[in-house]
Amino acid sequence: MSVLGFHNVAKRFGTSEVLRGVSLELNRHDVVCVIGASGSGKSTLLRCANLLERVDGGDVTLFGQSLLDPRIDENLVRRHIAMVFQSFNLFPHLSVLQNVMLGPVHALKRPSDEVRDEAMALLERIGLASRAAEYPDRLSGGQQQRVAIVRSLAMQPSLLLLDEVTSALDPTLVGEVLELLRELAHEGTTMLLATHEMGFARDVATSVAYLDQGVVIEAGTPEHILDAPEHELTRAFVSRVRS
Amino acid sequence: MTTPVPAGDVPSLFSSRRRRFLTGRHSRLVSSLSTVVVLGAVALLVFYAPGGVAFRHFFFDPHQMWVALIGTHQGLASVGKGIVTNIWMFSLCEVLVLLFGLLLAWVRISRAPVLAPLRVLATIYTDVFRGIPILLVFIIVGFGLAELNIGWISHQTPAFYGCVAITLTYTAYVAEVYRAGLHSVPHGQILAARSLGLSQSATMRQVILPQAVRTVIPPLLNDFISMQKDTALVSILGIVEAVQSAQIDAAQNFNDSGLVVAALLFLLMTVPLTRLTDRLIAKDRTRRLAGVS
Repeated sequence: MSVLGFHNVAKRFGTSEVLRGVSLELNRHDVVCVIGASGSGKSTLLRCANLLERVDGGDVTLFGQSLLDPRIDENLVRRHIAMVFQSFNLFPHLSVLQNVMLGPVHALKRPSDEVRDEAMALLERIGLASRAAEYPDRLSGGQQQRVAIVRSLAMQPSLLLLDEVTSALDPTLVGEVLELLRELAHEGTTMLLATHEMGFARDVATSVAYLDQGVVIEAGTPEHILDAPEHELTRAFVSRVRS
Repeated sequence: MTTPVPAGDVPSLFSSRRRRFLTGRHSRLVSSLSTVVVLGAVALLVFYAPGGVAFRHFFFDPHQMWVALIGTHQGLASVGKGIVTNIWMFSLCEVLVLLFGLLLAWVRISRAPVLAPLRVLATIYTDVFRGIPILLVFIIVGFGLAELNIGWISHQTPAFYGCVAITLTYTAYVAEVYRAGLHSVPHGQILAARSLGLSQSATMRQVILPQAVRTVIPPLLNDFISMQKDTALVSILGIVEAVQSAQIDAAQNFNDSGLVVAALLFLLMTVPLTRLTDRLIAKDRTRRLAGVS
């Protein structure tokens, strides 16, 4: 079943065309990695999915429904699509637990007792239950990003958008975050990632798309894209990233 | 064998003796010494100036100061009673300004199309009231509104008009403080909140305001300090507040000690507030620095 679909999506910022006719399809339990140089439009593509950006052309669908429909409530859309950012964006004035609880309590209006138990279970899972009362700036980058991931999971989303979630991390901390993502993938979480982690893409992705200047140059299985790319640009990028 | 000065090509890294004395472990001693010297010089100047005796009598006569503070039986005014007027005026105005300022800032930063005409008005409002000297606002509001003769608005006490003028002017300033505070919250915070499905107003209440308040408190207190002093200007509307009382007292007794009393009373109110502001700024600074590491 199709969860998310980009259909010939175009996006401009002023005169610069960031996305030029991108099409991509995510089915349930898919893990799709979008790779490409910075400035290729990866982040913009992700932001078009949860309506942080409005597309200028084409269509974005969630469960087969067009998100361009004027009757669409963006807040409802975002309850199904969670997003994790490169720079974590945890709320510094809230404790770790409150960060995880904010969405379910204030967006879904669920009773906080119930949400608290779930949030604690999520923190337990990433081994940070004992730090629940602390503020995010007391945690390491890897811990913060893992909290940000469970904060988005607390919304019980149908789809997880991950925008270069390991790029701001110290190399020694990347592993713990990727480990969590690997677990989520094995559990069948539907994920769309913008990433530079080729090893992760190879192990976990159901498909990989190479984006260059707002165009999907090539898409396919990780083996196909990373080991035997057909297109010249893909080959050049993959070999550059490898070296 | 050790030599104090490194030999050969090794450059000396020692600071000079003089610099060590001024900045090193003697710094506390140096700073208190210089404070005593400066304050002492000012005191001596007042004490031994050619007109020193007259000056002290005219401004610092203890008896006259006391009389000015509590007032006399036949006296018209007392600074002590006058300051009460200042206090209730700025207390009331501070509450009003906090509310209206936030409202105005909210209008100015909102992007809702419905509010577009209000946004223009709000911008004009802040431009105008930050641009006019507050003394003129007192005159225009205090005498102008009464002159207009439009029902109950034109039949209020001078104190009412005074509060209106202060609130009008300071709302413009405080709105700008709020606006800067709201803008100081990183955009990523808004993206994160919106991505969680929080509505615009929930984002404002749960994420933006709580973070903005921290940055806003020191500059807000700053504006309040200056507002407290500006309540002295309502005397132009014929309100007998502390400074006006002191002037009446001075005219009666040919002695300005009452003005010094008024000054001291104002200091008594503003200095704790300035100290508090400094403390909050310092605390915020350490918090931020700790957050970076």
